[in-house]
Amino acid sequence: MSKVPFYIDGEKYFAEAGQNLIEAAEKLGVFIPSLCHYPHIDPPLATCRACTVNIDGQPRAGCLCKIKEGLMVEFDTPDLRDNRKAVIEMMFAEGNHFCPACEKSGDCDLQHLGYKTGITATRFPHLFIDRVMDFNPKRIVIEPSRCIKCQRCVEEVLSVDGKKVFSFKNRGNEMLVSVDYAEEAKLTEEEALRAMHICPVGAIMVRGKSLARPFGHRKYDDEESSDLIPISQAPSIKTSGGKKTVATTSLAGCFGCHMSMLDLDLGILDLIEVVEFNKSPLNDIKNFTQRCDIGLIEGGCCNSENVEVLKKFREMCDILVSIGECAIYGGLPAMRNTIPLIECLEESYINSLTSENNENIIPAHEDLPKILDQVYSCHEIVKIDYWIPGCPPSAEHIWKVVKNLLFQQDYSVLYPEFKYD
Amino acid sequence: MKSNKKRHHLLDALWKIQNQHGCISDDQVQKIADQFGMSSIEVEGVVSFYHFFKRNSATTFTVYLSNNIVSKFKGFSKIKKAFETGVGVSFGKKDPTQMFDLHETSCIGLSDVEPAALINFRPFVNLTSARVHKLIFYLKAGADIDELCDHPQSIIQFKPRNNKATFLRTYQAGKAINQLPSLSPESVIELMRLADLRGMGGAFFPTHIKWDGCKKQNSRSKYVVCNADEGEPGTFKDRLLIQEYPSLCIDGMIACGYSIGAHEGIIYLRAEYNYLRKKLEDTIQAYKKKKWLGKNILNIKNFNFNIRVQLGAGAYVCGEETALLQSMEGYRGEPRPKVYFPTERGFLNKPTVVNNVETFCKAARILELGVDHITAAGLPESKGTKLISVSGDCKKPGIYEIEWGMRIQELLDLSQAKNTYAVQVSGPSGELISSAEFERKIALNDLKCGGSFMIFNQERNLLDVVQNFNQFFIDESCGVCTPCRAGNFILSREIRKIRRGLMDQNDINKILKWGKIMRYSSRCGLGQTAPNSLIQAIEKFPDFVNEYLTADNVLNKNFNLKEAVQDYEKAILKYSRYE
Repeated sequence: MSKVPFYIDGEKYFAEAGQNLIEAAEKLGVFIPSLCHYPHIDPPLATCRACTVNIDGQPRAGCLCKIKEGLMVEFDTPDLRDNRKAVIEMMFAEGNHFCPACEKSGDCDLQHLGYKTGITATRFPHLFIDRVMDFNPKRIVIEPSRCIKCQRCVEEVLSVDGKKVFSFKNRGNEMLVSVDYAEEAKLTEEEALRAMHICPVGAIMVRGKSLARPFGHRKYDDEESSDLIPISQAPSIKTSGGKKTVATTSLAGCFGCHMSMLDLDLGILDLIEVVEFNKSPLNDIKNFTQRCDIGLIEGGCCNSENVEVLKKFREMCDILVSIGECAIYGGLPAMRNTIPLIECLEESYINSLTSENNENIIPAHEDLPKILDQVYSCHEIVKIDYWIPGCPPSAEHIWKVVKNLLFQQDYSVLYPEFKYD
Repeated sequence: MKSNKKRHHLLDALWKIQNQHGCISDDQVQKIADQFGMSSIEVEGVVSFYHFFKRNSATTFTVYLSNNIVSKFKGFSKIKKAFETGVGVSFGKKDPTQMFDLHETSCIGLSDVEPAALINFRPFVNLTSARVHKLIFYLKAGADIDELCDHPQSIIQFKPRNNKATFLRTYQAGKAINQLPSLSPESVIELMRLADLRGMGGAFFPTHIKWDGCKKQNSRSKYVVCNADEGEPGTFKDRLLIQEYPSLCIDGMIACGYSIGAHEGIIYLRAEYNYLRKKLEDTIQAYKKKKWLGKNILNIKNFNFNIRVQLGAGAYVCGEETALLQSMEGYRGEPRPKVYFPTERGFLNKPTVVNNVETFCKAARILELGVDHITAAGLPESKGTKLISVSGDCKKPGIYEIEWGMRIQELLDLSQAKNTYAVQVSGPSGELISSAEFERKIALNDLKCGGSFMIFNQERNLLDVVQNFNQFFIDESCGVCTPCRAGNFILSREIRKIRRGLMDQNDINKILKWGKIMRYSSRCGLGQTAPNSLIQAIEKFPDFVNEYLTADNVLNKNFNLKEAVQDYEKAILKYSRYE
C-alpha cells in the first residue's frame, strides 16, 4: 500500500492510509502517550483519554484516528501537553497508587507515563477511596485500587469456553474490575500470567508470581538513559548573592530522603563551600537562627506537630521543596487514609495481639502531638514551590534541583534518575 | 450447557426475573449466565450498571424518590424524612420486614409536579409529608397500589397563536402515513430537508442527512430506534407526547422505516416511564389490527415494518445514542467510541437511525401538515416550533410549545416567574443563564434548548444547584473514561470546599482549568458537559463565589487543624482510662 502525507504539528510525515495514528506516529519517532491502546483491539477502547490530540482543531482521542491524506494533527502544544498530563495525574489521584510498595513498579505503564510526562506531584487531591482486594480467586489476586479501568482484561481474557473472565461492576466512580471465580479457575498458569502482564498497572496479580521480573530487568529499567524528563516547574526564584542557607526536616517520613542527601558522599564537601545548613537533622540544629533561602521537607503531615513544623518552615524559608513521595502525597503512611482513624487506632492499641491487659489505651498526653484524621501532603497545608519525587529521590536529582534554585543553573533530569519508587 | 438465547434479549430477561421474584438473586444470575452463554460476572456487570435492577433484596414495595434540583427546592428533604419515619428504615438501608426499600433516583420526568416518587414504578406526585404517611399506612394495610397512584397529566400552558402549533393539536392516527403510498422514500427525506427537521433531543443534527445516510447503506436489515429515554433533569415533554400522541410518534417511525428501508422499529423507553408502556403497546396493537404495522403496509409492496418496546433499566447515559444501542444489545450502557455513525453500524452492527420521540412526532406532522405549515413558524434561520418543559420557580410549570426565537424573558413572563435569578436551559448538561442574558433568544443560532427549562428565583442558592448537578453526574457517569469518572468526583470535593468557605482565587482558577480538561478529553457528551454549570456559575455570577472566597495566602485555607484532630480526640475520649 502506498504511503500518504499527513501532518503532526505542521511537520510532514508519510504513512499508510488507514493506519492507526498512534502506531504510525510511534514508527515515525513521535511518542503519543496512551494506556488503553493495543494494536490488536479494534475498534480501540478509547477509555484512558491520555492520547487526546486535536484533529482539525477539535479534541479527539488519538487512538481513534486513522491516517488519511492531509490529516492535520496538533499534538505538542502547551495546552494539549498539559491536558494529557492532567488526565494521567487524574488516574494517580483517583486510585491508590503507592509505587514504593507496588509489585508492578518498574513494569507499570502508568508509572512510565508519569515519568515520561514529568509528573512530580498531581494537581488533583488524592481521593483515597477504600476498595477491597479480592483474594478469592484460585490464582489471581485483584487490587482494584490500582485499576485504571482501561478495559483491556475485560476484552482480552476469555476462558476456554469463550466466556469473559473479567468484567466491570457498578458504574461511575464506583466502577470496579471484578473476576469470575468459576471462569478464572479454568485459566491455565500461562493464561493467568498473561492476564497479569496485559494489565498496564498492578491490578491483576498472580499468586507467587507478582514480582514478574527482578529489579534491573523490569520493562522500564532499560529505558534509554539519555531520555530527558520534561520538568515544568516554575522558573527559579532569584535570591541574594553570597553563601546560601538551607534548612531540612523529616516530618512523617523515614529519614530515607535524608540518607539520600548524604549519598552525595564527598560532594557534601563541595556543598558546604557554597551553602550553610541551618535547622536540620544533619547538623542537629533544633531551631531556626535566621531566615533561610531554601527549606527541604521530607515526609507528609500525620500529626499536629508536623503541621506546626511545616508552618514554621513556610514562615522561615523563601522556597519550600517537598522531597520524596511522602511529602508529595503522603506516601506509605497515607495507606491509612482509606481507613477511618478510629479503626487504625483500635487495631494497633486495643485489639492488638501484643497489647497487655489494662494496657489497652490509646496513647494520649499533653506532651504528645495529636494524630490527624488522615496523612496530608505538605502542599495541602502550606504553599509548596517545588516537588522532587522518589522513594527516596536520588542524591543527584535533589542536588540538581537545589543548585537550580539557588544558583539558577540549568538542569535536566535523566529518565533513570526520575523515579517514584 | 449450550446457550441459545440472543444477547439483545438480556435486559428483557432480567426484567422478567425481577418482576417475578422482586430481585435478581445469585442463583438467577448464574441461570441467566448459562442461558446466554456468558460468565456470571459479565451478567453481574450488566445488572450492577442499571440502578433499577436489584440484587438479592426483594421487598414488597420499592420507592424511588426523585432528587432533582426542582424537588430539592420543593421540599425533598421533608418528603425523604416522611418516608423514613413512616417506614422506619433509612434510605439505602435494609428493611427487616422486607416491606419497603427506599432509594433516591435522578430526575423521573415529573419536574412539573415535584416532589415526586415512583413506588413499584407507579407515579406519585405533588407529595406532602401527610400524604406520604397516609400512603405508607394504606400500602402496609394491603391497599391496591394502582388505586392509590396518580395519573399525572402534563398541563399544556402555551401554544403558538394563529394556528401555528405543530405538536399540540389534535391528531388523527394514521393521517401522516396515509401520505406514504403517494410518496417515494426519497421524497419523504426531501420533505424532511425542506422542513429543516433536526434532532430535537438537543444536538439538532439535520434529520434528512441521518436518514439519507442510513438509506444509502447497503444492508438487508436496518433499524429505526426511537429514543424515549428522556433523562435530562427538568425534561418531561416526551412524557406528554407518549401520553397524548403515541400514534404521532409511531407514524413518524413508520415513515422513517419506509424512507430508509428498515423493517423493524424499537422504542427504547426509560424504565421511569414504565407506566406509559401500556399506552404505547396498545397503540402498536391497534396499528397491527389496522394493518398499519406488519406486512405490505398500506398496500405498499414489500413494505414490512414492525415496532416493539424495549424497556431501559435506569441509566441517564443511555440517552446518548450509542450507549442506548449498547443497552438495547444487552450490554452495560457505555457510549461507544466514535468510530462509526449508528447509520453505518448501529443496533447489532446494522445501519440504524436513532431519533427521539419529539423528532419522530415532528416528522409525522411534516407529512400531515405539509412543509409550509411547519416553516411558517419560527425564525428564517431556525424554523418551526419546539416543546419546552418549564419547571421550578414559576406559577405555571408545564409544557410550552414555542416558536423558535422566543426570548428567555418572554418565556419567563408567560410562566409567571417572579424575581428570577437564574435559568438552567437544557438541563444540567446545558447552559446556566443569568439575568444579563434574559434577552437572548431560544433559537438554533443563539441558545439551543433540548427541552428543559428550570427557573430559580432570588431565594435559591446557586451552590445548591451546582452541587446537585455535580452529584447527578457522579451518579450517572458510566465510568468508562477517566476525565468524567474521576473528574466529577474531584470537582465534588472542590465544591464542598467552596461551601466551607475555604477557597481563594487560586482555587477557583484551578476549578475552571480542571473543568476545561473534562470538557476537552471526556469520551462522550456527559463528561464533556458535566462541568458546564459550575464553570458558568463562576463566570457569570461573580457574587456566587465572592461570597465564599477568602484572601490568598501561603498557608492553605483548606486545612483546618482543629477539624483534622477531631477524630483523634474522639478516639482517646472513647478509650480514656479515667472514665
